[in-house]
Amino acid sequence: MIKDVTLGQYFPGKSIIHKLDPRVKVLLTLVNIVFIFIAGNFSSLGLMTVFTLVAMLLSGVPFTRYIRSIRGVLFIVLFTSILNLFYGGGTVLVKWGFIQITTGGIRNAIFIAVRIVVLILMSSILTYTTSPTQLTDALERLMKPLKIFRIKVHEIAMMMTIALRFVPTLLEETDKIMSAQKARGADLESGGIISRVKALIPVLIPLFVSSFRRAYDLAMAMECRCYNGGKGRTKMKVLHITAKDIITFLITVAVCVGVVLLNIFVVENFLI
Amino acid sequence: MNVIETKNLTYTYGAGTPFSKTAIEDVNIAIKKGEFIGLIGHTGSGKSTLIQQLNGLLRPTSGTVLLNGKDIWEKKKEIRKVRFQVGMVFQYPEYQLFEDTVIKDIGFGPRNMGLSQDEVNQRVMQVVDFVGLDHALLEKSPFDLSGGEKRRAAIAGVIAMDPDVLVLDEPTAGLDPQGRDHLLSQIKAYHQQRQNTVILVSHSMEDIARVADRVLVMNESKVFLFDETAKVFFHAKELEQIGLRVPQVTKIMMKLHENGYPVDPAVFTLDQAVKEILPLVQRGAAND
Repeated sequence: MIKDVTLGQYFPGKSIIHKLDPRVKVLLTLVNIVFIFIAGNFSSLGLMTVFTLVAMLLSGVPFTRYIRSIRGVLFIVLFTSILNLFYGGGTVLVKWGFIQITTGGIRNAIFIAVRIVVLILMSSILTYTTSPTQLTDALERLMKPLKIFRIKVHEIAMMMTIALRFVPTLLEETDKIMSAQKARGADLESGGIISRVKALIPVLIPLFVSSFRRAYDLAMAMECRCYNGGKGRTKMKVLHITAKDIITFLITVAVCVGVVLLNIFVVENFLI
Repeated sequence: MNVIETKNLTYTYGAGTPFSKTAIEDVNIAIKKGEFIGLIGHTGSGKSTLIQQLNGLLRPTSGTVLLNGKDIWEKKKEIRKVRFQVGMVFQYPEYQLFEDTVIKDIGFGPRNMGLSQDEVNQRVMQVVDFVGLDHALLEKSPFDLSGGEKRRAAIAGVIAMDPDVLVLDEPTAGLDPQGRDHLLSQIKAYHQQRQNTVILVSHSMEDIARVADRVLVMNESKVFLFDETAKVFFHAKELEQIGLRVPQVTKIMMKLHENGYPVDPAVFTLDQAVKEILPLVQRGAAND
C-alpha cells in the first residue's frame, strides 16, 4: 500500500550524534564533504573514511541502514568508476583499439568509488540522526545572513516545514481517493503508459482540489493566530551550543588539518 | 439466497512486518438479497476494513468473500466486475468528484462499465431524479455545487452503476439534521424501489434504527452481534460496555418498562414511541 512508503530517513535515537546541535551538524557535514573532495591521495581519503566510520558507529544507526543508502546510488558509483578506469597514466595493462586500461586508471576508479561512497555515508549520518524539523530549523538559522540579499529565509523554512508536515497527510488522502475511484471502476493498474497516466486524472484532480482547500484552511488558521511572518517571532526550542558541539567541532578541524598535511607530505607511488 | 457471505475472513495490515495489525478477525457473516443492514462499531473496530473486503479493494489475508456464492478473488483479473456489483460510497464522497461537469462525473462509473453513451445518459438521468439533484446543476462544474449537492452527486455516481449491493460509509457525516433525515429517507426509498441490498455504516444508532432490518455490531476486529434490529437493542448493557449507545428513545422506553409501565421496550424510533405512550397517557387522563 502507498502508506508503506518511508519518508525522510530519520532514525530516532539518543546517540551523541543525535544530540549534537543541528546547526553544527549541518555545517560540519558541509565542511567534511568539502574535505572529502580536497583529500587527494589514499592516505588523506583514508583518514576521512576512518573519521566517517567512527561517526557512523557513534550514531547508533544500524549499518544495514547505511548500506541501504549506498545501494540507491550504486549505479552512479559503478558508472563513474568505470569511466575513470580508462583515464590516467601509468603502465598499460590492457589495450583494445583506442581504449586502454592502465594502472593509473585502476587507481582512479578505486579512488573515485571510495570517495563517492564516503560522501554518501557522511551525508547519511546527517539525515539519519536529524529529524526534518530540526533540519529546517538549522537551515533557517544558517541561512539568516542571506537576508541581506532580501531572501525571505524564514518564509522558505516555514514552507519546507509545512511541506514536510503534509506529505503523510497527502499520501493518506491519495490512498483514499484511489480507493474511491477504483470503487467506481477506475482501472489504475493495467494498460500502457499513456492509458495509465490518463487513468491518474481522476486521482490527481481531487488531490489538487483538496490540497488547495487545505492550504486555504491552514493559511486562515495561521492568520487567526496572528502569524505574520518571521518578524519578532521567537523559537519554542532555542538551539544551544554545548561542550559536545565544541569538541566535535575541534575534532573535525583536527581531521581537516590532517587531510591537508597528508595531502602535502605523503607521496604515494603504488599503482602509478 | 445469500448475496454476500464471508468465511473466516481475516485481514492484517502490514502482514509480516513488525507493524502488523489485525483489523478484522474471523468474520463469518451472511447477508441475504434485499436486506438492509446497519453496520455499527467504534472507531478502529474494523468496519471500514470489512466493507473494503466486500468489493475487493482489500484482499483477505485469509478466508474468503463470496458474492452470489462465488469467491470474488477466484479470477483476479475480474475484480473490477465485483466493484460494479458492490457499489461503495466512501466517507465524504464529495472529494472524489473530478470531471468538468456533474453529468460527466456521475457517468464515470457507468462509462467504466463499458456501457454505450445512450445507456450512460439514461442511467445518469434516472439517478439524478433519484437523489433529488436539480437538472439545472448537471452542466455545472461539480466544484461549484454546495456541500449537500456535492454529496448527492457523488452518491448518484455510485448508484448509477446499479450495483446489487450498495455500501455506504457514514453517508450523513457532516450534514445538518435536515439534510441527514432527507438523505436517509432517500436511501430507504432507493432500497424499497430497487429491492437490492444496502449496507449502511454509521456511528449513529438513531440512524441505523430508523432504516435497518438487521444490525451488525463490530468490536475489536470481531463480530460482536449480528441480529434483527430490535433484538440487538435488547443488549443495551453490552452495547454500552463496548462504548456504543442504544437510541435515546429506546433507553427511555426501557426505563418505563423497568418501572412497571405496560410499554414495549423494543422501540427505537420516535413515531413508535408516540404510539406506545399516547394510549397510556389517554388512559391515565380518562382514569382521573
